[in-house]
Amino acid sequence: MNDAPSPPPPEREVIIRVRGLKVGFGDHLVMDGLDLDLYRGEVLGFVGASGAGKSVLTRTILGLLHKQAGTIEVFGYDIDKLTPREHLEVGERWGVLFQEGALFSSLTVRQNIQAPMREHLGLSQSTLDGLALQKLALVGLPPETADKLPSELSGGMTKRVSLARALALDPEIVFLDEPTSGLDPISAGDFDDLIGTLQKTLGLTVFMVTHDLDSLFAICDRVAVLGQKKVIAAGPISELLLSDDPWLKSYFHGKRGVIRLSAGADRPDAVVAEDRPQNARR
Amino acid sequence: MSTTPSVTREDGPDGVALSLAGEWIVAAGRHLESAGASLLSSALGAKRVILDLAALQRMDTAGAWFIDRARDELANAGATVSYRGERPEYDLLLKEAGYHAPEKSTRVPPAHSIALLSAVGETVHGAGADFLDIVDYLGEVVTMLLRLAPHPWRWRWTPMVYHLEMYGLRSVPIILLINFLVGAIVTQQGIFQLAKFGAADYAVSLVGVLGLRELGVLMTSIMIAGRTGSAITAEIGSMKMREEIDALKVMALDPLEVLIIPRLVALVIALPLLTFLADLAQMGGGLLVSWVYAGLTPAVFVARLQNAIWVQTFVVGLIKAPFMAVVIGLIAATEGMEVRGSAESLGRCVTSSVVKSIFMVIVLDGLFAMFFAAVNY
Repeated sequence: MNDAPSPPPPEREVIIRVRGLKVGFGDHLVMDGLDLDLYRGEVLGFVGASGAGKSVLTRTILGLLHKQAGTIEVFGYDIDKLTPREHLEVGERWGVLFQEGALFSSLTVRQNIQAPMREHLGLSQSTLDGLALQKLALVGLPPETADKLPSELSGGMTKRVSLARALALDPEIVFLDEPTSGLDPISAGDFDDLIGTLQKTLGLTVFMVTHDLDSLFAICDRVAVLGQKKVIAAGPISELLLSDDPWLKSYFHGKRGVIRLSAGADRPDAVVAEDRPQNARR
Repeated sequence: MSTTPSVTREDGPDGVALSLAGEWIVAAGRHLESAGASLLSSALGAKRVILDLAALQRMDTAGAWFIDRARDELANAGATVSYRGERPEYDLLLKEAGYHAPEKSTRVPPAHSIALLSAVGETVHGAGADFLDIVDYLGEVVTMLLRLAPHPWRWRWTPMVYHLEMYGLRSVPIILLINFLVGAIVTQQGIFQLAKFGAADYAVSLVGVLGLRELGVLMTSIMIAGRTGSAITAEIGSMKMREEIDALKVMALDPLEVLIIPRLVALVIALPLLTFLADLAQMGGGLLVSWVYAGLTPAVFVARLQNAIWVQTFVVGLIKAPFMAVVIGLIAATEGMEVRGSAESLGRCVTSSVVKSIFMVIVLDGLFAMFFAAVNY
């Protein structure tokens, strides 16, 4: 946990700037006038009710969905007006961990990790092999995994391999769509540590859609909350805890959140201990 | 856009100092690779090596890998290696994203020619197993049909009708078009070739007998194998991929009953109907071409046709259609069930489903021809 400062000083570099975003399917608007800033070097946790459009926003920023209005600037480029060259550059500077992994199913793990490096950089095969193994070790997978096919991986391994692929080009921003969902608490904790380490050492900027309260407490510098088609609150988690928005209140102070608050986020052992009677009562 | 990574060597009293400069990042690509190589070569043989990172502008995980690899390999060559002037976050990065010497792979890939031969052998061997698979599946389908026969309410009428529409009704335009053209082509060639013997009028008999007995059902089956067989394999295969088949099984539902029987039954009903339309279209094509090329009026064509063919001619073609449908449906379903997790295997199974069913349709047609010849039908 960082010594959560009051709102980030305005002079920090904005790496993604979303203004007045409007996205919808048919007549149904999912985003209406949404504003969001992502500062360089921060870990932004992004929360919202299921179906509130977190993935839609992520996909819109990535340019996978069309927006009806508004602007999105990434690295200072307007993503609607990218020249092919700039498009290539942006592709090298961000990495994405998709919710389902989105590994190329006909390539082995090694080839999956090498794919972005092979396509964007003129590296020799031996370097590619070495770097692929390094990325695997980085996400905590043994070298034997390299020759497996994605269909032979467990859910947690798929996430890790997908992260390794997202990190292959050492991007400046990584988008993580529910990175710890479906992982056991120990792996999820390791995942958080890894993201934290990379952020400290590489100055990585992380945009993380998550419902994992532990991740939010452990590594997020700021948390943005999506609701009513807008970002209804954004700031360090300590500030959001004091908010009186009803949804936020029930999110952090509800059945599952309140335990962590009373136990203190720094003492996960206390969390487990208090979790039990609650489960038993159900 | 960035400063290229570089290495400079200085010989000092306490060993070789290599000072690294520039941006050691993966975006540097080949430059990073050659800098990493020169890091190794320029310090080879030295007893003490100091890697000076003070002038390093940037480093990412790939840079850390190259630097750490040099440290590891120099250390293996007997040198004592130490870092100097690194920032604390680089220290962490070198540790986290360090180099791990790969284990030597014990697996030797077989020579290409041998691999090709062994693949051929496997395919031949597999063909027998494939055939047994299909027969096995046919047995399962028949058992399931017998089990379902006394319980009409367990039949899945809605999907059956839906598939009948998809496989039957929606195929009508393309089947009509193809068979019209085939009938026309056969008649035209018949007229041209038979004219040499002064027998151009017999082209009507040619298209009548050939079209009704063989070509109508054959063209329709081939078209349906390509159009519907591939669809069945792809549908079942992608359901297999997404674990939907497993979901059915744990609900105690038999995928055979839920997915395959409705498709198979729809196909068995659709193919004879389409064959009937195909026969009509072939005669239509023949009629048009005889009119244009040989000047036979439709009335004359119909009269000649009546002399040339008999109900049997038509029945021989039609009777083959349900058998073709069973073969196409079974091959498509077994191939669909063969799909494994990857998109590539889906593609492979769809391809082999179409190839196998077209092949089997033609083989079956040949067998029928021999059978009907033997029984003089």
